[in-house]
Amino acid sequence: MSKKMNGASSLVAALESAGVDVMFGIPGGAILPAYDPIFDSKIRHILVRHEQGAGHAATGYAQVTGRVGVCIATSGPGATNLVTPLADAAMDSVPLVAITGQVPSAAIGTDAFQEADIRGITMPFTKHNYLITDPAEIPRAIAEAFYIASSGRPGPVLVDIAKDALQKDTVFDWPTSVSLPGYHPQAKPESSAIRDAAALITQSSKPVFYVGGGVIKANAARELMQLAELLGAPVVTTLMARGAFPDSHDLHLGMPGMHGTVAAVTALQKSDLLITLGARFDDRVTGKLSTFAVNAKVIHADIDPAEIGKNRYADVPIVGDLKQTIAALIPELKAALAKNKPDLTEWWRQMASLRSTYPLGYNKPEDGSLSPQFVIERLGKISGPDAIFAAGVGQHQMWAAQFVSYEKPRTWLNSGGLGTMGYAVPAAMGAKVGAPDTTVWAIDGDGCFQMTNQELTTCALNNIPIKVAIINNESLGMVRQWQTLFYEGRYSNTSLDSKRVPNFPMLAEAMGCIGLSCERPEDVDATIEKAMAINNQPVVVDFRVHRDAMVWPMVAAGTSNDEIMIARDLAPDWDSQEL
Amino acid sequence: MATHTLAVLVENSPGVLARVAGLFSRRAYNIDSLAVGPTENPNISRMTIVLNVEGHALEQVIRQLDKLVNVIQIAEVIPDESVQAELLLVKVSATTRNRFDVDAVVEKYDAKVVDSDASSVTIEATGEAAKIADLLSDLEQFGIRELVQSGLIALERGGTSLSDRTLSTQGIPIADGGVQADYQN
Repeated sequence: MSKKMNGASSLVAALESAGVDVMFGIPGGAILPAYDPIFDSKIRHILVRHEQGAGHAATGYAQVTGRVGVCIATSGPGATNLVTPLADAAMDSVPLVAITGQVPSAAIGTDAFQEADIRGITMPFTKHNYLITDPAEIPRAIAEAFYIASSGRPGPVLVDIAKDALQKDTVFDWPTSVSLPGYHPQAKPESSAIRDAAALITQSSKPVFYVGGGVIKANAARELMQLAELLGAPVVTTLMARGAFPDSHDLHLGMPGMHGTVAAVTALQKSDLLITLGARFDDRVTGKLSTFAVNAKVIHADIDPAEIGKNRYADVPIVGDLKQTIAALIPELKAALAKNKPDLTEWWRQMASLRSTYPLGYNKPEDGSLSPQFVIERLGKISGPDAIFAAGVGQHQMWAAQFVSYEKPRTWLNSGGLGTMGYAVPAAMGAKVGAPDTTVWAIDGDGCFQMTNQELTTCALNNIPIKVAIINNESLGMVRQWQTLFYEGRYSNTSLDSKRVPNFPMLAEAMGCIGLSCERPEDVDATIEKAMAINNQPVVVDFRVHRDAMVWPMVAAGTSNDEIMIARDLAPDWDSQEL
Repeated sequence: MATHTLAVLVENSPGVLARVAGLFSRRAYNIDSLAVGPTENPNISRMTIVLNVEGHALEQVIRQLDKLVNVIQIAEVIPDESVQAELLLVKVSATTRNRFDVDAVVEKYDAKVVDSDASSVTIEATGEAAKIADLLSDLEQFGIRELVQSGLIALERGGTSLSDRTLSTQGIPIADGGVQADYQN
């Protein structure tokens, strides 16, 4: 299908051909030609209030649907405002395509008005990027961008298009294939690696499934369930993998890492075999790397060969798509277990003891004020297992990872790798667009909320009725926690006074949302139920919580997982545990 | 730490040098030298990268480089199995009194004089790093005024070529339903 049109129409035709149904963006000078055909396109364009919102919304949409999220911005500041969400998407392997306008090709390099070298700026944290100055290249670049973003290890791709390339006449010709001589993601795992993995598993008496976000990206939760039940070994799900395995399942020990459960952290630490599936040995999981799981052999399955051996040596590396990898491992392991089934009784006795002795918990404030963990726990319970939660970054994020029970993949969204404050509101907006019939909560901090709440206006005007729970402890809570623990309580610049200013319910109302407030434990359920009943408008609830609550357990940064603390100055009683 | 030489075939596209250089800088890998130029195929450039890393880190460098979409092929070049050369241009002080001595050094290293005037001689030499280093040390006595050196370039011995292994590139078909529909599962 070749058709004469200008570059802008060619861009929109290419996006339609790529299957895009929604994009988030803001027009401006250099991208303006593209907005003319967007006006007539069947693609839904959601006009956001800040380009960062467009990027995170595209991420939320992608995380919930598994499709490529699309955002669009103009040159210069429009493009640089996308930098944070692109870096965020790169760290969390989110398939994103960002389209930016660029100054006319003759002006590139002259420091023209609103010129920024966005291709140069985004090289380190895009999977690939393009600068297009010839309109004939637009369809090919878009086809390649979607292919690269969504295949292999997903990631963001930026296509920067000079204004004159959008204006010039060209012929639209959607390619039937893409030719990328340097790009060959390996989906099918080596069968020898699968055999080696199965053999190693049968020799292990303390195996653990160390499950990362890759399981969710690969839509491999069902396969993981089969594999885990086949072996009957403990499962831990990282921050990015919450929901990949049901929290209610008996094999699940919870989240490992800096704020993981004692059982999950210790399971990794004392294991003799880490069956690593789509995880990357991040420092927040391993603690001090040289002391991490020192007696464990490692099976490491990942679609990205560069992750294997990056932080931890892999005894059995498996490069491939996790769905295929796990599916191949199941029959191989079944056969191997028929000959030699390891006895995990003693291992489970230890883990079950840790799980029951050190469950996640919190103390309610003695003054009767609201406990943030309680609020989050009730949000999870009342909203049910189908609800989607997007968190910002900080204490509320960790509590949302700990105290909401996740039963299904793609119900938990957060900024795990980059740790982007302000992620929650726009990500929830994108998630709601991708899953309009599902309850979507942003669990946000009062600090995070003040970074990106302008997108509530977008939500109100575009019929995107998200719900926002502000866990308002009037502080940059996680930083304050570190100041409490490591800086002698010297609270330098962490007090936000957000119980005084701004008035969050009024702010919400000003943006066309319903604003609610809650500060007594006995009102929590009724307030959440009230918010749940509002489905034609965004709702913001200001939960005014106790200021000094801390996230526990905790492995302090740079220390060993062996140093896990269950409360301030309180380590687990290891002597009573036979490990 | 050991010195390794990588031969990297890349698409001859804008920005590819910046991508490779940026990767090295971002991941804190140190480059000793980098030489880049065209190959027998006009669509492909070849980089020769010399770097100082441990074995484990080398594997990471190769895998990270391989993630760059414009990087087509990477191979480690083993010194014993390859021909390696650097190019040197060096300007030394030379007068009529010591010109013979300079010429003797030039001859000893199979170098050549490419320019001269009353007070200086410019010498061009090619060869392996050790030879270039020896030449420079022999020239020091005359006074080195200026020098410029290329990075190392290297080619495997024998009849095979890196590009033989890579360039049968087939297009990856994309379905009518659009890329979106095709690659999510």
